[in-house]
Amino acid sequence: MTAATPALEIKGLQKSFAGVRAIRDLSFTVPKGHATALIGPNGAGKTTVFNLVSGVYGIDAGSIHVNGTDITRMPSRQRIRSGVARSFQNIRLMGHLSVLENLLVGQHVRASSLCALITPYRLIPNHKWKREARRALEESGLGQYADETVGALPYGVRKRIDLVRATLAGANVLMLDEPAAGLNPSETNALRDHLKALIASGLTLLVVEHDMHFVDSICENVVVLNFGEKIAEGPLSVVRKDPKVREAYIGSDEE
Amino acid sequence: MSGYLTGVLVVLAFNVMAAYAVYLPMAAGQLNLGIAGFMAVGAYAAAYLTNEMMWPMWMAIPIGSAAAGLVGILIGIPVLRTHGIYLALATFALGQVIAAIFLNLEVVGGAAGYPVTEFASPYVVFAAAIGVTLFMVLLSRTRYALYLTAVKSDPTVADLMGISVRGIQVSAFALGAAVAGFGGAFYAHHYNFIEAQHFSVLLSVYTVLYVLFGGTQTVWGPLVGAAFFTLVPELLRASEQWRYALFAMFIIVFMALRPQGLITASLFRIFRRRPKAAAGTEAQGKGASA
Repeated sequence: MTAATPALEIKGLQKSFAGVRAIRDLSFTVPKGHATALIGPNGAGKTTVFNLVSGVYGIDAGSIHVNGTDITRMPSRQRIRSGVARSFQNIRLMGHLSVLENLLVGQHVRASSLCALITPYRLIPNHKWKREARRALEESGLGQYADETVGALPYGVRKRIDLVRATLAGANVLMLDEPAAGLNPSETNALRDHLKALIASGLTLLVVEHDMHFVDSICENVVVLNFGEKIAEGPLSVVRKDPKVREAYIGSDEE
Repeated sequence: MSGYLTGVLVVLAFNVMAAYAVYLPMAAGQLNLGIAGFMAVGAYAAAYLTNEMMWPMWMAIPIGSAAAGLVGILIGIPVLRTHGIYLALATFALGQVIAAIFLNLEVVGGAAGYPVTEFASPYVVFAAAIGVTLFMVLLSRTRYALYLTAVKSDPTVADLMGISVRGIQVSAFALGAAVAGFGGAFYAHHYNFIEAQHFSVLLSVYTVLYVLFGGTQTVWGPLVGAAFFTLVPELLRASEQWRYALFAMFIIVFMALRPQGLITASLFRIFRRRPKAAAGTEAQGKGASA
């Protein structure tokens, strides 16, 4: 694997749901160590791309490579081991568990031996997994929530915890589905700092996001989807002048 | 200890073991309505070994338990492809089939029942129940227990996090079956007589009720549920005719008001809040200095 190997490479991706072509011959690459945005109007197929890469759905045609490994036919469970993790648009944390317990689930890939499975870590004070999860929370400025029940926390905090959980899998490619949606301005700023720190630490991000100011401040490149097709690709400043992109967004305030 | 008290506590011990057998798969989101069938496998297998093979109890009982666990794996793999009401029906039928097999198996007495010669004293039964409880408490402190909850609450996310959802489901089902077999093996050697009719649907359903009543979120739920269902009807003996009616009324009202069961995770957090808050700041301080 050379430095030029893209973190994520999608070629000729096709997917139909009951005859509706959700993704049509989609190809793009996400370079290592940068943030790339996947944008487009509602229903353009952005979340579908995430579901195809993470393996929630099988694909009809095409190929997906992560860090040079072909994961096209890999079962969804094993894909996280190839280095790609994701967050969810509608936060999917386990509501009645504590924040720390949710983060421990995220560590599974790095603690999946039989011995790790049956170690009664909860009886060991300050066990390394708990310590690591606590540190990750503190680094994100969420340390005070470690022992709270997730279901009782505000939306913005849960959104960030979902992100921290994805980072704990040890993956180097993170797919974030609308990380800033529903956040207030101060939470958005905290999220921006958090993501910038992740990029600085060498992670690659693929971000689905509607807030173009946010995209502009994080992502160097954008890929624009409309009706499952790529209609433009490049720096946001260039892409936003593209007539096809303007047409796709007509009537929308975002352009 | 009076004979009456000992008798009640022995029943409690068996109910606790049965409750944990139901709890394990239920913690992973699966209803096993055939738990009595697995108890029967453990009971008959262990009894056969002590009666016919002259094995000592301490060897026969673990083998009986393992036999039930093995049946759990073999049946769990195909049966756990179904979900929800279909899984309930499949396990329900399974319990019936197992009981019917023993009813017709002449080598273990068939319909006449099977007398067992070796005797397990009440104290041995208490020790077994305490052992099962300690095992479950220890297990609840591991990642395995965390993954049971993860698989139950969101199998898709658990799968994407790299957790083998099927592996967790089948192992929980089989481990539950082994616990049921363990309890069944002690049952056979304590009462010195088993018959297929004892391992009925009613036994399975009651056990599920203990667990639902106690709550499936924490490891203490099944213990409290089994204790409640064993001891309260005894306390209500004063009004003989009405005690079951009163008890049933109470359960209906309770489950309507608190469907998550008596003991929940948040209940523990409320009780621990104050000492935990202090521990939390201390840990934060350590993290900052590191």
